[in-house]
Amino acid sequence: MKTTIANPSRRKFIVNSAAAGGGLALGIPFGVAEAATQSTAATEINAWVVVKADDTCVVRIARSEMGQGTLTGLAQLVAEELECDWKKIATEHVNPGQNLAHKRIWGEMATGGSRGIRTSQDYVRRGGAAARLMLVQAAADQWKVPASELTVSDGVITHAASGRKTSYGKVAAAAAKLTPPDPKTIKLKDPKEWKIAGKPLKRLDTADKLNGSKIYAIDVKLPGMLLAAIKKSPVHGGKLSSYDEAKVAGMPGVKGVVKVHDNAVAVVADSWWRAKTALDALTIAWDEGTNGAQSSATIAERLKEGLTADDAFADTNNGDALKAIAGAAKKVEAVYSTPFLAHATMEPMNCTAVIKGDKVEVWTATQSAEGSLAAACEEAGVPLANGEVHKLDLGGGFGRRGGTQDYTRQAVAIAKQFPGTPVKLIWSREEDQAHDFYRPISQCKMSAGLDDSGKLVGMHIRVSGQSINALLNPGAIKEGKDTRQLQGMWKEPGDAQFGYSVPNLRIEYAMRNSHMQVGPWRGVNTNQNGVYVECFVEECARAAGADSLEFRRAMMQAYPKHLGVLNAVAEKASWGKPLPAGVHRGIAQFMGYGSYSAAVAEVSVSPEGKLKVHRMVLGCNCGHVVNPDQVAAQVEGSVAYGLSAALYGEMSVERGRMVELNFDKYQILRLAEMPKIETVLVPTYDFWGGVGEPTICVVAPAVMNAIFAATGKPVRSLPLKNVRLV
Amino acid sequence: MAKLNINGRTRDVQVEPGTPLLWVIREQVGLTGTKYGCGVAQCGACSVHLNGAVVRSCSVPVSAIKPGDKIVTIEGLSRNSSHPVQKAWAAIDVPQCGYCQSGQIMAAAALLAKKPNPTDADIDEAMTNICRCGTYQRIRTAVHMAADMNKKA
Repeated sequence: MKTTIANPSRRKFIVNSAAAGGGLALGIPFGVAEAATQSTAATEINAWVVVKADDTCVVRIARSEMGQGTLTGLAQLVAEELECDWKKIATEHVNPGQNLAHKRIWGEMATGGSRGIRTSQDYVRRGGAAARLMLVQAAADQWKVPASELTVSDGVITHAASGRKTSYGKVAAAAAKLTPPDPKTIKLKDPKEWKIAGKPLKRLDTADKLNGSKIYAIDVKLPGMLLAAIKKSPVHGGKLSSYDEAKVAGMPGVKGVVKVHDNAVAVVADSWWRAKTALDALTIAWDEGTNGAQSSATIAERLKEGLTADDAFADTNNGDALKAIAGAAKKVEAVYSTPFLAHATMEPMNCTAVIKGDKVEVWTATQSAEGSLAAACEEAGVPLANGEVHKLDLGGGFGRRGGTQDYTRQAVAIAKQFPGTPVKLIWSREEDQAHDFYRPISQCKMSAGLDDSGKLVGMHIRVSGQSINALLNPGAIKEGKDTRQLQGMWKEPGDAQFGYSVPNLRIEYAMRNSHMQVGPWRGVNTNQNGVYVECFVEECARAAGADSLEFRRAMMQAYPKHLGVLNAVAEKASWGKPLPAGVHRGIAQFMGYGSYSAAVAEVSVSPEGKLKVHRMVLGCNCGHVVNPDQVAAQVEGSVAYGLSAALYGEMSVERGRMVELNFDKYQILRLAEMPKIETVLVPTYDFWGGVGEPTICVVAPAVMNAIFAATGKPVRSLPLKNVRLV
Repeated sequence: MAKLNINGRTRDVQVEPGTPLLWVIREQVGLTGTKYGCGVAQCGACSVHLNGAVVRSCSVPVSAIKPGDKIVTIEGLSRNSSHPVQKAWAAIDVPQCGYCQSGQIMAAAALLAKKPNPTDADIDEAMTNICRCGTYQRIRTAVHMAADMNKKA
């Protein structure tokens, strides 16, 4: 398990911005081996733990940090088993080239699907425990006593019998020479004994976010670096026909105008502002192809056709839903729709690339470091071993910076045309909005039948919409069946299970794709499906004349974890108790990413139809909780992201291109509209669920159901800005 | 050519007069704590202080800066992150990804300079910067905490 990593060539990329007048000498964190190269007294105990002479324990982090707190959580888990002093914890990133060179010793690096902690917790804890065992053994060897006689706490090893003490820093060198224990034989702590993990500790990565010193990918500076601004065919699928280079060649600072692939043009200059200014002045002719005829209306029409078409597949088909509904005493029917959405990360897409001979290096913000490496090397035409990706923490991810890596490919394609010179490509906000991988658009036809007593006897759900897998992961579609689009409505337990028992239930998906590129968007398909299911269940409850909570509870006895979270929010929100005049409640529950979520919203709707969301209570059971304060932060963030989408989020299509290209049109929730959020964590400590995404999907339906309560009218489409509430 | 007083230091920069102050700060001066988010004064990631008032530097051409104007960026807000807003931000663990936080902190500092004891309504009105991670609830708490620190100081 011992690794030795050295890459002195990276030293030459240490940045010095003092020459530019900033007065700051900034060292970009290059990750692994930096500790070892900066201080000869740093010792790598194993892949996860480096111990310095001053007892600092450096924990290596393979997953990406984009604000979700995974870096701190993973460090807590390693530190818990390592028994080190939390005040002397540091972290460093692993880069994918290093992971590849060491046979993926750090495992999966991709950070999406709320998997950052839950799918690496076991092996990082074993890494911490193995390091502890080696450090203790080294002390035992030195004192010639059995390791079993030693105790360790806060990185101090004690032999009580002889009164001797030593610290991790002092025995690290000897520990590193020992044969590591077999990780499989290590007994991990029972989470009930946790002292560092499970606690609301402060994040490790806050200090440099408060004074401007944190370097994001967009801030990277390299000697001799040029800057690039890019414009891709505004019509998705369109091609670059021609551009008039002569017009901008003489503009200040311009170094070149380059074609990028067959669909984009970039201006390269000595500053980004000059590159962008020249790009805006460039006359560009596009070949729009046939997609120029597409619009929101044509796409909606295609989805509508899918609601009744014969080519859908049923992922769930219990009993005979259609017959049960047809014969029911009362029928409920509704068609819902949700739009395309952009991620709008605060840091626009960007990547710095340099090609030197047959080697390529990139500096970028990525949720898929290995995907970035593959993209960079493929684009450069070099083997994977000849590439490296320097990971910078992301200024927002939300699924946008995953495996697609379009911006990394573009940056390398541009850098190829300036061999030896680093080029930083930055997308304008307009480019970022115009060329996202959008949350897929869909519609849903819901039908249900109630018996005389108001009990649900049958439900038929038909989703018609665009598939993420069809574009990004076709191999996941088996025999034409793309179950991913039915996320949150799966019958299998454990990940995104439908939480209601309905005697006759049919859940179908009809794939209807558009020319727009789609991808995962924080919460992915649980968001849309949560709206469809939870708003329709509300319609059924009201048709049955039942209380929204009781109607759900009656169908959830076979789903105790779903029910547990629902009950928790109902209790916290005092469901059923009186509210101030004009304030109304709505409730919703749903499951995704291995975790169970529920929400109660309290809203008022003015006589003019103006909505105010006063308070939201969010519940989550994510199994184990590594840092309750950071889980709460993710829940709070989920409300802002989900509410922003519900109120305003819409990317519409005209003449084949996206319309909402900046925040003036793509409105984002602001502080003044943020409701008071109360987070209720109800962990059951018997599984590891995700945290970053699960709670978004209940935000919109809880609000929509509260509006229904306020107005007596169901809301069936988003965003709410387009809906007349009264 | 422009002369700018940034964080108490005068600097000569060679740029076209229409260049936004944001890009002068980032590219010519080399202070990258001030962020690009939208370029149209919507998101506030580029917020800096101009003579004590918060401005969105992406939409201020450098030609609009007068001699004697004092510009303060996040790097110049305090020594050692000692401004009450920075201390409150740390105490509440406000930042998630952190990208918008330079702008949020500059907006909050300008608010407190004008209104040392802001109400929730004052905060609603002044804190209009976008945060996609959704740290708004903690921002509100931290602004109140910073105001309390000022009172005790």
